[in-house]
Amino acid sequence: MSKKIAITLTINGRDYAIAVESRRTLVDAIREDCGQTGTHIGCEHGVCGACTIIVDGEPIRSCLMFAVQANGKKIRTVEGLADGDKLHPMQQAFMDHHGLQCGFCTPGFLMLAVGALEREPDISDDELLDLLSSNLCRCTGYQNIIKAVHAAAKDMRKG
Amino acid sequence: MSAKQKFVGRSVPRLEDRPLLTGQGRFAADISFPGQWTMRIVRSPVAHATVKSIDVLAALKLPGVHAIWTHQDVAQIPPIPFRLTGLKQLEPYRQPILAKDVVRYVGEPIAAIFAENAYVAEDAAELVELASEPLEATMLATEPPGSYGQKLNTEPGVLRKTYGDVDAVFRDAHSVVSLELSIGRHTGVPLETRGAIARHDEARDVLELHGAAKVPHWNRDTIAQMLGLKKESVQLYEGHVGGGFGIRGEIYPEDVLVCAAALKFRHPVKWIEDRREHLIAANHSREQHHRVKAAIDAQGRILAIDDEFFHDNGAYMRTHAATVPDLAAAMLPGPYRVPAYRATGHIRLTNKTPCGTYRAPGRYESTFVRERLLDAIAAKVGVDKVEIRRRNLIGKSAMPYTLGLDTLGTQIVYDSGDYAALLDKALKAARWDELQKQLGERRKNGERVGAGIAMFVEKSGLGPFDTVRAVIKPDGTVEVITGVASIGQGVETVIAQICADALGVDYTNIRVTHGQTDRIARGMGAFASRVTVMCGEATRLAATRLRACILEAAAELMQSRADALDIVNGEIVRRGGPGPSMPLAELARILPGSLSAEDTFESTHMVYPYGVHIATVRVDADTGNVAIERYVIAYDVGKAVNPKLVEGQIAGGLAQGVGGALLEEFRYDENGEPLSVTFADYLMPTAREVPDVSILVSEDAPSPLNPLGLKGAGEGGANPVGAVIASAIDDALQRPGLVTQLPVTPQRLKVILHDSASVTASVGLKQH
Repeated sequence: MSKKIAITLTINGRDYAIAVESRRTLVDAIREDCGQTGTHIGCEHGVCGACTIIVDGEPIRSCLMFAVQANGKKIRTVEGLADGDKLHPMQQAFMDHHGLQCGFCTPGFLMLAVGALEREPDISDDELLDLLSSNLCRCTGYQNIIKAVHAAAKDMRKG
Repeated sequence: MSAKQKFVGRSVPRLEDRPLLTGQGRFAADISFPGQWTMRIVRSPVAHATVKSIDVLAALKLPGVHAIWTHQDVAQIPPIPFRLTGLKQLEPYRQPILAKDVVRYVGEPIAAIFAENAYVAEDAAELVELASEPLEATMLATEPPGSYGQKLNTEPGVLRKTYGDVDAVFRDAHSVVSLELSIGRHTGVPLETRGAIARHDEARDVLELHGAAKVPHWNRDTIAQMLGLKKESVQLYEGHVGGGFGIRGEIYPEDVLVCAAALKFRHPVKWIEDRREHLIAANHSREQHHRVKAAIDAQGRILAIDDEFFHDNGAYMRTHAATVPDLAAAMLPGPYRVPAYRATGHIRLTNKTPCGTYRAPGRYESTFVRERLLDAIAAKVGVDKVEIRRRNLIGKSAMPYTLGLDTLGTQIVYDSGDYAALLDKALKAARWDELQKQLGERRKNGERVGAGIAMFVEKSGLGPFDTVRAVIKPDGTVEVITGVASIGQGVETVIAQICADALGVDYTNIRVTHGQTDRIARGMGAFASRVTVMCGEATRLAATRLRACILEAAAELMQSRADALDIVNGEIVRRGGPGPSMPLAELARILPGSLSAEDTFESTHMVYPYGVHIATVRVDADTGNVAIERYVIAYDVGKAVNPKLVEGQIAGGLAQGVGGALLEEFRYDENGEPLSVTFADYLMPTAREVPDVSILVSEDAPSPLNPLGLKGAGEGGANPVGAVIASAIDDALQRPGLVTQLPVTPQRLKVILHDSASVTASVGLKQH
């Protein structure tokens, strides 16, 4: 299993030319080969959503995709959310509503919510709850995450 | 007086958030060193067997594999010692860091592979062959004790806690209520799995362990002792920690293995647990079976409680030793007068993953038992469940209340509390009377809805000490250095708030350094809801001392008396009027390195917050689903340093409590094969299952044991959730005492409903 394939991952607008085995997961490539450790690994079987990133506009589980499948696609991770020192409205809302404690699941929730709201700004409350129930958080009890996403949704619609 | 900003008591934003929101956190897996090797643990695939041989030859031949260890390579390293409640008779049951002659649970480490990366290491693990001879697996803690081998049996100890003449009271009592109750096996399951990265720094001759959590100083001392090193030669470094909940940060075999390997191979060694490993290797918790009875008078007043319980600790005794059953036995009486009491706790070993503490350890269990008992007493004497609690509560005038039991090396003395007042507040917040009417109406219309209530006393602020050093840095910022740890709960913010008020600076100018063993000589760490209480008061003391030191130094420069000066928002000013002032940064520049103070807070007694939970549930008899419609929590924490963070702790605890009440359970087949090894079969609550909760943070009963009146807030959200959900399900189905086992999974509830329906049907037939 040592044959490596040359690919280019475009993460937050920057190209990373790397060589990976075909079995290497996208999340491992992003973290280990590209050094972007903001995306976390929580279960490696697609349930917890800690590794959620946005690929070509869609939130996906980066533990369930191979790096070679992302060759040439546009990848967005938590490191690309803020505009310099200015936090993205979703990040700001998580801070304002105490939507994080240990912060391990947070990048996954941020990318999940940002990806969904960009595609569907007027998502209903019930659909939003369904969406957020696809990721796991063990610290907050979710209510502050829900409040934060509602607040950010308002902000994002304005902006 | 100048307008001095106060920070304690305000919900200021967290200092921790920014790096965590921008992907700049430093969790264990984010730490790497050049030239590092990856460790992979090979785990036993069988629950109980004699080890014949472990064949590693094929694995060793794989390109990229550097070395493989089995027991003989680490035979000189002793088992991990006990950190708490370490009874002598439990010592033979400690876990070797790699299995020797016997494996005792699926998941037990049998070999350690060291390879160039995680993929190769995992390939190699597949090639390691364990030859073994099966032994019978013990899967029930309630069966009579059997052989553990080496002339030991599967009951390493029996805990006894008692006061009063229990037998005499039962003999003379008006009546007796008996119950048999079980709590399922579940645990903390932080979203970040465990991780440990060890590296030997040749230049300093220091073994570094990164990825530390919870109790870095104790772990440092212990690892040094186990590896035969001076403790100055081992340093632990805590980065960000993705949740703790009791299980993360204890020393496990893997922590010792990476350290020993880094020393032996002179390469950094990194180990990151995968989720399947986590679910079968990190501490489990909670599984207990109780046979409890209460002696009562005609009005339902408790005269005595007698509880015999069986604690399933899994295959070995780990760092917590007897802590969980000890707490269960000691905290069972709760907020009620119990004139005579006896608990007999059988510590039992089975062929499952070993156990440790999990948020509200022992109390989630014994609150379920006690509150089920209160509901049963109410049913027996025919009064409602609020009234029965009122009749039995310890009165405010009885405070401080000496229970007559001890735990964690301290006597239990409830320091302060007005339990009846908090009950009233909670009932009011839940509009209890109106709720009863509404639920009654809905039940008449065929809905299965009901409400439950549970009360409890928590414990927090375990000593015996914490030390803090506060320093003014050359740029005028303040550094607070402490030996506690952060597991994501907001330690930095809360400690900064306390320091800010005592010193007279803005909390955002304070940096809190924690979990670094080379920055402060000693520290107790983060467990038992102790940080805000113990470190908080140590911080107040150190900051007060630092303030005096600053004013003394400034007095000379400002040609004033120290007592005529004050520090306001980071400036040294004259009290009561205008005049020259000096920023702290300027003083720090003039006197570099001299503005520093250290102090220690010692405490021999814990402090006892208390609470009330009320839940409304709707049961779907077709699917067995229990939906939580409303949830109210009233919790008295004496003084909330940051109310928003206290509420966050409570809401998070509630979610975990709901998991244990309705969803989460480690199941095994009869041969000891674990059946809950992914998040698809170990079900944790999602945003759909956790209700919105009304939280009432109450400050009626400040602790008299520290000047700010603090009590810890970490565990009151989880403590009574199993109890209150059980009570609500009983009510929804109008069947008092129906729920006797947690979790109430849909499958289990359907079975109960089906069985009881057929019992009713057959009773009906006989009557005809």
